[in-house]
Amino acid sequence: MTAGTRRRKFLSSIFVAFCAGSVLLALVPLALVLFFVVSQGIQSLNLNFFTHMPAPVGEAGGGMANSIVGSLILVSLGGLFAVPVGIMSGIYMSEYAGTRFASMVRFAADTLNGVPSIVVGVFVYGIAVLPFKQFSALAGGLALGIMMIPIIARTTEELLLLVPGTMREGALALGATHARAVFTVVLPSAAQGIITGIVLAVARIAGETAPLIFTSLNNGFFSTRLDQPISSLTVQVYNYASSPYQDWHRQAWAGALVLVMIVLTCSLLARFATRKLENLSSR
Amino acid sequence: MGTGLFGLVLVLLVAAIGVELFRQSFLSIQKFGFSFWRTDVWDPVAGQFGALPFIWGTLYSAILALAIATPIALGISVFISELAPNRVKPVLVFLTELLAAIPSIVYGLWGIFVLVPAVRWFETSIPQSMKALPFFAGPPFGLGMLAAALILAVMVIPFTSSVAREVLKSVPVAQREGAYALGATRFEAISAALYYARTGIVGAVLLGFGRALGETMAVTMVIGNSPKVSLSLFAPQHTMAAVIANEFSEASDPLYLNALIEIGLVLFVITLIVNSLSRLLIWSVVPAAESAA
Repeated sequence: MTAGTRRRKFLSSIFVAFCAGSVLLALVPLALVLFFVVSQGIQSLNLNFFTHMPAPVGEAGGGMANSIVGSLILVSLGGLFAVPVGIMSGIYMSEYAGTRFASMVRFAADTLNGVPSIVVGVFVYGIAVLPFKQFSALAGGLALGIMMIPIIARTTEELLLLVPGTMREGALALGATHARAVFTVVLPSAAQGIITGIVLAVARIAGETAPLIFTSLNNGFFSTRLDQPISSLTVQVYNYASSPYQDWHRQAWAGALVLVMIVLTCSLLARFATRKLENLSSR
Repeated sequence: MGTGLFGLVLVLLVAAIGVELFRQSFLSIQKFGFSFWRTDVWDPVAGQFGALPFIWGTLYSAILALAIATPIALGISVFISELAPNRVKPVLVFLTELLAAIPSIVYGLWGIFVLVPAVRWFETSIPQSMKALPFFAGPPFGLGMLAAALILAVMVIPFTSSVAREVLKSVPVAQREGAYALGATRFEAISAALYYARTGIVGAVLLGFGRALGETMAVTMVIGNSPKVSLSLFAPQHTMAAVIANEFSEASDPLYLNALIEIGLVLFVITLIVNSLSRLLIWSVVPAAESAA
């Protein structure tokens, strides 16, 4: 082996080591975050956490029942706003792929996906809080919905493109109109995947805090009214984390553990469903 | 078909965000004009609003985060797409996706109680001679630019690495096989592939930059929230997103609120430009419909 070859091989193995090292380096914070969230959170996580209201300062225990219900309401509202717009525009992008307007919609979806969540919060504050002079669950749900739309739209598009073209052609050959072919043949065969997309969007949105702090605000009491401020798991964790009280810090860790579990469950569900679908279409 | 109408909703939504933010920040734009972005006095009590410290903090933290995250993210994407055995690949993909799935608020909580004390320890234990450098000046708070940059880097890594992976996937296999056939080492073959896909790689890095600029909760919880322009990594600073999150609900005076919304408007415009640029670069390599990042 000449000196040059040895040098090249050496350089190459350094490069390989660097790449493997980066993977390990990125796994360190992941392991640390999960370790602390689980080990700290588990201490205060019990049945009371899900069924009781927050305890006043200085009193240990208590729960986040109102915040958990609030988060569920907010995410459902978000879904209600986002699912129709997301699915329909996803259909448009896949059916009219290649047209100029479809690329525009796709660009808008990706742009919306990149808009910082805090900016979405400010926008919704301007259109849904300021005019009514009232923080509300509806405003919070709208903010979450705006963030869900692009995720649902893009997954719908992607999955509809996976549906074999022959199915659409078959429907058209049988005399179906374009709309009918899409809604009765193409869409149902991708339905499972689209539901997956919605679950994925929920996973991403359930952990959002920034768009909620000045739209749905927070609420110390149990509330299910849509025109009133409502508590959410994320905003509550934020408030507890920035407080000076030990008891509240413990509650914050428990809240974080619940959040991570929700997000993880949704992502895992979505993941397995997509893999099944991809296997199906590649067969 | 009627579905185009819903597509139109999407397009209008983006436009509406811009228009609404502009409308709501009119008072501040009218009163301060461009000096808003050149002055560094942020004094709500006196009605003096200058946004320079926030712009500085946002750019500085994002650039620092990028400097840490980019090599690691590219290393990960090369490892997963070129080097890892096929059986390990999905596991690594899943783990990096997990990094992106953890909510910002959880990173923030971890930042306050774990990262910040660690950073404080680091700040107190570096030698005095290094303290003379402007980057390490000032007292060791723990809360500050260094903690923010580190946490941002962790949050940006999965985005950059997943797009970079997709970009690498679009490089024809024949190209690498050709390189190996000519006797290239792994490093040489892969760097040829990276060079071939360079536009997309730059796009992936820019996408990470856009994420870092807009990140709110985790940053606001660890950066110290002090509107000062400083080169020091140890100094508590502030970012555009953080000041909105912190002060929005206490802004009673219309001018104050308008000033905050103007910061939001500029953040929107900057991320819009960065993201559009990164999309165009990525799309030039990977077909648009496949790159739903």
